[in-house]
Amino acid sequence: MGAPTLLRLATAGSVDDGKSTLVGRLLHDSKSVLADQLDAVERVSRDRGLAHADLALLTDGLRAEREQGITIDVAYRYFATADRSFILADCPGHVQYTRNTVTGASTADAVVLLVDARKGVLEQTRRHLAVAALLRVPHVVVAVNKIDLVGFDADVYARVSADLAAVASDLGLPDLRTVPVSALEGDNVVDRSTRTDWYAGPSLLEVLETLPVAEDPGTEELRFPVQLTLRPQDAARDAAHREYRGYAGQIAAGVVRVGDEVVVLPSGRRTTVAGIDTADGELTEAFAPMSVALRLADDIDVARGDLIAAAAQAPEPTRDLVATLCWLSDVPLSKKSRMLLKHTTRTTRTVVGAVDGVLDLDSVQVVPGDDLQLNDIGRVRLRTAEPIVAEPYARHRRTGAFLLIDSQSGQTLAAGMIGDPLAGKAEHADDWDI
Amino acid sequence: MSAVLNDVTVPAGPAAPVADAGRLRLDHLDTLESEAIHIFREVAAEFERPVLLFSGGKDSVVMLHLAAKAFWPAPVPFTLLHVDTGHNFPEVLDYRDRTVARLGARLEVARVQDYIDDGRLSERTDGTRNPLQTQPLLDAIVEHRFDAVFGGARRDEEKARAKERIFSLRDEFGAWDPRNQRPELWNLYNGKHRPGEHVRVFPLSNWTELDIWRYIARERVELPELYYAHEREVFRRDGMWLAVGPWSQPREHEEVVTRQVRYRTVGDMSCTGAVESDAVSVDDVVVEVAATRLTERGATRADDRISEAAMEDRKKEGYF
Repeated sequence: MGAPTLLRLATAGSVDDGKSTLVGRLLHDSKSVLADQLDAVERVSRDRGLAHADLALLTDGLRAEREQGITIDVAYRYFATADRSFILADCPGHVQYTRNTVTGASTADAVVLLVDARKGVLEQTRRHLAVAALLRVPHVVVAVNKIDLVGFDADVYARVSADLAAVASDLGLPDLRTVPVSALEGDNVVDRSTRTDWYAGPSLLEVLETLPVAEDPGTEELRFPVQLTLRPQDAARDAAHREYRGYAGQIAAGVVRVGDEVVVLPSGRRTTVAGIDTADGELTEAFAPMSVALRLADDIDVARGDLIAAAAQAPEPTRDLVATLCWLSDVPLSKKSRMLLKHTTRTTRTVVGAVDGVLDLDSVQVVPGDDLQLNDIGRVRLRTAEPIVAEPYARHRRTGAFLLIDSQSGQTLAAGMIGDPLAGKAEHADDWDI
Repeated sequence: MSAVLNDVTVPAGPAAPVADAGRLRLDHLDTLESEAIHIFREVAAEFERPVLLFSGGKDSVVMLHLAAKAFWPAPVPFTLLHVDTGHNFPEVLDYRDRTVARLGARLEVARVQDYIDDGRLSERTDGTRNPLQTQPLLDAIVEHRFDAVFGGARRDEEKARAKERIFSLRDEFGAWDPRNQRPELWNLYNGKHRPGEHVRVFPLSNWTELDIWRYIARERVELPELYYAHEREVFRRDGMWLAVGPWSQPREHEEVVTRQVRYRTVGDMSCTGAVESDAVSVDDVVVEVAATRLTERGATRADDRISEAAMEDRKKEGYF
């Protein structure tokens, strides 16, 4: 496999599906839990009169969480195998914490979803799958848990898997896999179980180890949001750099090569890439998600908030957006008028022109509605003070995403996605074309 | 071109494209490095007066190394701040001053000792000064009007830290409210804050102790010598080896012995334990850390063993 890669995971599941236990099991069986952490878990479990060490205690980090026995906020966990390092965003399962699932899924390469084998696909399962589809998470791996409690019954697993496949197809999820597991007993979590001889597939960890990581930048168009200009002038430690001017940023998509023709947006000025710099030396080529500095052949006006894109496939800047919002605030959208929109490295004022409807996550249909409450997902029309380089989130996860921020309190109000990320599956993309 | 922090020239090692059946992809250290550089640049662009907490400990050293790479060929555009417990390992202070001089950086020092001398703080009965750093830190933030404070904390260190955001808002009292954190979506960081509030920024959030060491090995980052195995006079207390020094003297029944040890963390000398080790080089340490069965705080920090929520409580008050 070569050098180890990084895979970002987010968990999702309903209350009492055994999610914390599964995460604890993954950490424990992959030898990512150290002796003193395990001692602490065993001590607390004993204090509470439990017969076994409660692995869920490994992940519940806040005092209130341990006291109430529930997960309140996203916790991040780290584990590694020989070929791959994992960042796991462990998200709470309660319905009212959908905003945490959105948060975890926004950066995830894969969602690990738990389903109780006895209960099958629940409303909450459908909602979590809809969120994964909406946020365009490339892979979903469903752990069909508590398979021990249905007597390791192949038919139960087959039925749940078929139901999940149907939902995945409805939602247009590109890749959904299932694994029968018992988080409590460890079956098929890290090691393959001897009690599911009807299942020939890999364990959950084996699936996670072999998922392809993110998109291949070689197949994407260049998108480079400018973070800042590096211009050391007299402060340069090396006199040779006094005249240096480079545009620093992290490549959001695609590949850039010295000599490429590029366009700076929103101004539309064209130039070529004269150099690609890092502190370790000059490169002839760089790709997402590398952080570099670009030197341009012409002395044109470039600043933070601009987007450098491949000249051949340049997107159009606009001030009018059709977007999908996940509303994250206790205060509804109708009470907010002055907002900021943060898109890549540009922050601009915005107003909501209209709410076109609210997404019913159960039916995955847009229903009439003119306001968004906490955890609502809705379709809106926005107007921005400055043009932004709007691209459909369905095709550009990095440059299609934005935040709405309260300009007074500074609170993050909404996660925004340009266009309708779910449109592809229903073939009504024209309605939301931008 | 060398990585900017070191006297040693770094073998040219630009993030090397890895061929994976024709795909372009970064390995996991390059991915973490790029994420951290992106964070430094966002803060430099959006805040007025950032400051970087620098103690000479390995995480702050890696953080400074990454900051230098983020702004090359321009200098690091931040002041450095050391909150000095007064219970320092002399070699760490020496390292700190050499590094600051080499970079031409500006260093502010907030001294716990000053607070004890004039009565604003009093010595704790257990003698540790780690928790006493909070007040001088918050005062320095107010005095210098710092609006973004880079810390080297990692989420894998401790379970309250595992809940921490990369951009973490602090109110006018410096307090962290873990139940009311802003959701952090994609890599769009929201650094908005009101006057008097500030934002703690943790560029190493997603790094593990092993990542830090692999990166130190790869980048040939210089560290204070005490991170590598050396002979030292130590005594046993609370299951840890404590160094004999001006702030940590053995009690009557504690026998002083000479052991080959190294430090996994560097803090208040009176309560930071050494571990027995024969890892004399960075490559040895990588092997040792990969095989360890104890967390770094569990192995070396007496103050974190007080209770299950010791760190959460300190963080709520404004600790690092």
